[in-house]
Amino acid sequence: MATRAQVTVTVNGELRQFPCEPQQTLLDVLRDELQLTGTKEGCATGDCGACSVILDGRLVDSCLVLAVEAQGKKVETIEGMAKGQQLHPLQRHILEQNGSQCGICTPGFLIAARALLERNPDPTETEVRYWLAGNLCRCTGYDKIIRSVLAAAKEMRGA
Amino acid sequence: MASILEESGFDPHKKLKVVGTSPVKLDGFDKVTGRAKFGADLALPGMLVGKILRSPHPHAILKSIDTSRAEALPGVMAVVTRDDLPDQIQGSGDGDLTRNVMAREKVLYDGHAVAAVAATSESIAKEALKLIRVEYHKLPHVIDPVEAMRPGAPILHEYLRTEGIKGAGDKPTNVVERQEFAMGNIQAGFKQADVVIEREFKTNPIHQGYIEPQACVANYSEAGRVELWCCTQAHFGMRDNLSVILNIPKERICITASELGGAFGGKTIMYAEPVAILLSRKAKRPVRIVLTRSEVFRATGPVSGTHSRIKMGITRSGKFTAAEAEMVFQTGAFTGSMYYNAPQCMFTRYDLQNVKAVAYEVVSNRPKVNAFRAPGVPPVVFGVESVVDELAQAIGMDPIDLRLKNAATEGYVTVYGEALGPIGFVQTLEAAKNTEHYRAPLGPNQGRGVAAGFWWNRAGDTSGRLDIAADGSVHLTLGTIDIAGTRSSISMMAAEELGIPLDRVSAPAIANTDQLSYNRLTAGSRVTFSSGVIVVDAARKAIAEMRRRAAGIWHVSEEDVVYADGFCRVAKPSVGNFMPLSIADIVKQGGPISCESAMVVTGAGPGFGLHIVDVEADKETGAVKIVRYTVVEDAGKAINRRQVEGQYQGGAAQGTGWALNEEYIYGEDGRLQNASFLDYRMPVASDLPMIDTVIVEVPNPKHPYGLRGVGEVPVVPTLAAIANAVTKAIGVRPRELPMSPPRLLKLIEAAGKGKP
Repeated sequence: MATRAQVTVTVNGELRQFPCEPQQTLLDVLRDELQLTGTKEGCATGDCGACSVILDGRLVDSCLVLAVEAQGKKVETIEGMAKGQQLHPLQRHILEQNGSQCGICTPGFLIAARALLERNPDPTETEVRYWLAGNLCRCTGYDKIIRSVLAAAKEMRGA
Repeated sequence: MASILEESGFDPHKKLKVVGTSPVKLDGFDKVTGRAKFGADLALPGMLVGKILRSPHPHAILKSIDTSRAEALPGVMAVVTRDDLPDQIQGSGDGDLTRNVMAREKVLYDGHAVAAVAATSESIAKEALKLIRVEYHKLPHVIDPVEAMRPGAPILHEYLRTEGIKGAGDKPTNVVERQEFAMGNIQAGFKQADVVIEREFKTNPIHQGYIEPQACVANYSEAGRVELWCCTQAHFGMRDNLSVILNIPKERICITASELGGAFGGKTIMYAEPVAILLSRKAKRPVRIVLTRSEVFRATGPVSGTHSRIKMGITRSGKFTAAEAEMVFQTGAFTGSMYYNAPQCMFTRYDLQNVKAVAYEVVSNRPKVNAFRAPGVPPVVFGVESVVDELAQAIGMDPIDLRLKNAATEGYVTVYGEALGPIGFVQTLEAAKNTEHYRAPLGPNQGRGVAAGFWWNRAGDTSGRLDIAADGSVHLTLGTIDIAGTRSSISMMAAEELGIPLDRVSAPAIANTDQLSYNRLTAGSRVTFSSGVIVVDAARKAIAEMRRRAAGIWHVSEEDVVYADGFCRVAKPSVGNFMPLSIADIVKQGGPISCESAMVVTGAGPGFGLHIVDVEADKETGAVKIVRYTVVEDAGKAINRRQVEGQYQGGAAQGTGWALNEEYIYGEDGRLQNASFLDYRMPVASDLPMIDTVIVEVPNPKHPYGLRGVGEVPVVPTLAAIANAVTKAIGVRPRELPMSPPRLLKLIEAAGKGKP
């Protein structure tokens, strides 16, 4: 049995401690140790974006981050996006515009889109498309996802 | 009383309140919050990690497997090999099933499973795989189906003899079957033509590309009972297949389907599920297997590569006189490509009287092919619609006008012998012609293409239940797995039929295999149609029961009670002065109402679409950008408009990947070289524009609300529509997919050299 390290991470504002093997990824730990299964694994090679989380304010593929690298850092996942019963505007627009079909890619898109809007509250369609180019969706053709993000951005700007 | 299949009760004048709107999906909330549970999201106490060892060779005799060192590794709780699966007759359907799950005499493709382990952690499981010693005797392999047909090609299955050819001889072959569909007189038809065009086309295998890898959790109990959780389109069918290949009675297998993270036909058969069950039986603990993306590419789902030769004749005035086709479908290592759809659907939409289509299914050393939206049809429609485009050019006719002139209408008898019912092909073409897109000017280096497509849409065995609680709320149980919001559309039909607000209907539960009778898989654009019929039938039964009970309470005859909008009332004032009874009143007084419906649903209505696409080509690099896209398609009736749009858009995007980028690339060694999302390039958001949709509604009267399926048609015309647009943009016609930059550049350069 490989040596296990004790790691402390703040996940969605809550301090969490877990033992992990050195080769375990942040994604593995979120899903298997912390039971936060909203973050999905589509490829484990950083090509699909389904495992997107925010690590200390930076958008990352959690499959490419070792769990031990997250020591002492803040992780934000899909489970922390809604405030109680109140959905984040991105979640609400994706829901209302049917920007989620099968839904497996949806958490990753939401996390990535939120990171975009925090940096650029007024993105053009092209900017949204290029920012989200690291997230694969096979169901929607992206149309309704892009429209949802633009609509949420507009609402969040109070425009 | 006539059944719903004989009298659907479709009423074109009925005022609809719920059907045709775009309410939020009932399962949507859980999907935007991360709560929805997909295949890999279930964890059971004591659960082990299962991993599969796969062949690195495309074709080899499996001489021996030594698992002793793996078994000795601490933390390894079980190892299984071919010896753990009951033998099934080689060459039978069950024999193929078991051999695709785990190689038996030979490995037949790179990625073919040869052994599996269950261990207490992922790292131990991976370590254990390395300790398994497999002795292979390598054999020559063949990847391309046309090469696999040649004399002297490496033979995959010594027992295989071609079906469908008389006097085929008794020599082993890789050709599984030949099918021919024909009508009229093909020679006479071509004689009437003023222009005949004959071309050859090639498409390469692609993957369905669902983002969720196959995942399952198996729990085998001491009582010999199997509980299986997995992401599948076909839980009832999987139960039946597992029962056969594991020799476990059906009543001891219960499958619960997870949310399905994309499938598109690729999750219709089993892969790791029987392996997880065997591991769980040996380890006496639950076992979860989640395939890696590389395993998904190497061992699941690919879509047939095809070769086709298409010949069509036309008069100067623009009437098709004959159509002929010959095509070869790669099915991978085992039969099951559903290639027979292709000869039947490829020309169906045109009023052709002289047709001959011959198709061959061929095995080669690739993973077993699985279904993908309109299985088999898009790659040959690529050829047909390319030839139609060329014919339009040859006689100088607008390509939509040409299709209108030849469009099949109600009563046309197809090459598969069925007369078409009321269909909306003409209306679809007219709607396309009337779009602003079709008239819009093009920029430099741009080209516009159109192409049409057909899929018959499916129905079949379906069951479901409608329960009413004491407060009048309605609870649905469906046996068809929700693939993209289908359960939500189905609940809308229940609300409409009962005349109650949608929020009084629960998000339908998807039954496990113990809770309902057999349901055919979720495929072929059958679910919203078939489960819709079932739910409407169950709702009508519930209404009849409520009328019966109201009549009993009022001591009047049932004919004197009418039901509308959630209440039973007297049919006319002379019946008596009774207060209307609500659903809740009736259930409170008379006890629960539970209505089931189970039948072989029939009456699916064929679907037709036309795509208009503008591309811009970079002649220096061969890169093609989609500039504008419009999907026009007959939905019969869009139950949830936004979901129908989503189907149209998603189909077009998938077809765009197929047309421009996606392909399986093999090395000389027969190994797949691009088994990752980095190297297998699916369209991303920056590759596509917004995708416009036009929903045509020519009702299918066999359905209570007039709907047709909408899942398959949207991918059928895409390949040809893009190829036709590229032809206009670069001045040369691509006849091989994908139209990737290197391939297009070669075409452009060759054409340049050919010119003076």
